Amino acid sequence: MKRPPVLARAVARSLVPFGGERAASLIPHARLAGPMPWVIAIMVALTVVAAAGGLALSNLVQSARSELSGAATVQIVEPLTVERDRQARAAEVALAGLPDVAGLRVVPQAELDALLDPWLGGGADTGLQGDGAVPVPALIDVELRGGADAPKLTVLRNALRGVAPAARVDAQSAWLGPVFAAIASLQWLALTLVVLLALTSAAAVWLAARSALGGNRGTIEIVHLLGGTDAQIARIFQRSVGFDAAAGGTVGLALGMAAVLVLGGQFAALGSGMVAGGGLGMVDWLLIAAIPLAGVAIAMLTARLTILGALRRML
Amino acid sequence: MVTFDNVGLRYGTDREVLSDISFTAHAGGFYFLTGASGAGKTSMLKLLYLAQRPSRGAIRMFGTDVITLPRDRLPGFRRRLGVVFQDFRLVPHLSAFDNVALPLRVSGVREGELVKPVSDMLEWVGLAHRVDARPATLSGGEQQRVAIARAVIGRPDMLIADEPTGNVDPDMAWKLLRLFEALTRLGTTVVVATHDVHLLRKVPDSLIMRLDKGRLSDPTGALRFPPRRELRAFDDLGVMP
Repeated sequence: MKRPPVLARAVARSLVPFGGERAASLIPHARLAGPMPWVIAIMVALTVVAAAGGLALSNLVQSARSELSGAATVQIVEPLTVERDRQARAAEVALAGLPDVAGLRVVPQAELDALLDPWLGGGADTGLQGDGAVPVPALIDVELRGGADAPKLTVLRNALRGVAPAARVDAQSAWLGPVFAAIASLQWLALTLVVLLALTSAAAVWLAARSALGGNRGTIEIVHLLGGTDAQIARIFQRSVGFDAAAGGTVGLALGMAAVLVLGGQFAALGSGMVAGGGLGMVDWLLIAAIPLAGVAIAMLTARLTILGALRRML
Repeated sequence: MVTFDNVGLRYGTDREVLSDISFTAHAGGFYFLTGASGAGKTSMLKLLYLAQRPSRGAIRMFGTDVITLPRDRLPGFRRRLGVVFQDFRLVPHLSAFDNVALPLRVSGVREGELVKPVSDMLEWVGLAHRVDARPATLSGGEQQRVAIARAVIGRPDMLIADEPTGNVDPDMAWKLLRLFEALTRLGTTVVVATHDVHLLRKVPDSLIMRLDKGRLSDPTGALRFPPRRELRAFDDLGVMP
């Protein structure tokens, strides 16, 4: 089908930086062709999933950290209910008078029961005192001004020492330290996967470019003997490889984003507060959309370096 | 223009295929390179069209030592050469037009500026009706004419031709020789490798470089000190398209 003149001119203009349409047709088999665009598509799709996972985990950690950064938990670990309630009330009063405390909330017994329900069963009467009852600490959530750092926690402990000797004070973030460490490991894993996939893509392009170079050696020698520079010849391959990588990258992005959207929907359905913090923002989506562009850049750079390296062995 | 001084060439650790080659090819000179098979003609041509560096000796081309020249400067020198290969070496998937246009495109000539010269050149070699033909559909003689057109389209400073008339009829061979002679009058140095002794007689002002077992015979010293020729303006010739 003949292209409309305006489109044809636009295409021709876009090809100028690569040496022109005629120059591109010089080596028709320079395109990676064959399975290579599909290999790139799969690489990009896997990279998109890995990167999206890494970004989601990063968002999750940031969200959790910001929520917990100023939060502390006071536990009144006292088996006797009456004494526990007394110390809890005394602690509430004492904490309310501290300047660093921005807010506090005594966690209601019903909420504690609901928290323990999955482990102890619905019939556990945690609030009762007696031989069969499970002693559950009273909990007070404290919101501190600024971060819940060690000096502020010490101030809380000192304030509670006299009025609630059974009180234990902890920063909430400390509870989730091991979770954050595990998430950090997953983030590193995602980053490693992205790097490995980029290296694998580069290796695949390297092999394909060498194959294309071998298949066109006669033509390349002619262009070389006619005064063609290494850069001119490399540009022809680079351009062809760029088109193949762009096609593969587009398909890979579509596949990867579809997978991310499906996974995102399934995680959202869990209804977990922590998982909700792992949603992807606009910047994240832009970064993911840039993955095929990075793939094209890596492919073109690899092709260029491969061809230039091979040409240097000619006089 | 081109000076070889004690040039020797060996491939790997074999014996030298060219030994003690010394000559000066002046601008506008017409040289026939002859010799039996295996005498070293192909190796000599490779040195001339800068596809090979010698093992020893010095080669100066257009006033520059091309032996020590950095590799990235060689393309500039290659663009000043026109080469007709014995096996033509046309790009198989390009049309006759695109093959002839190749040196101009490599040199960066814009598309709009190369249509006329390429068309004129193809017309001159009698292939105006085959501009879109791929090499595989051309006869041997037609392929040779495309190869010659490609070699001279850029008006090279030096034309190197390996058996350029081997596949063309006598009329075309005569016409091509007249073209080569015309090029010499423009200042182009022409080196033609041939086995055809009849061809040598058709260019009376030519010098013969005879290779024998890798050595150049120059009994009169004419190859070392060739006579200079007057160059004429291109417009006076009326031979080239």
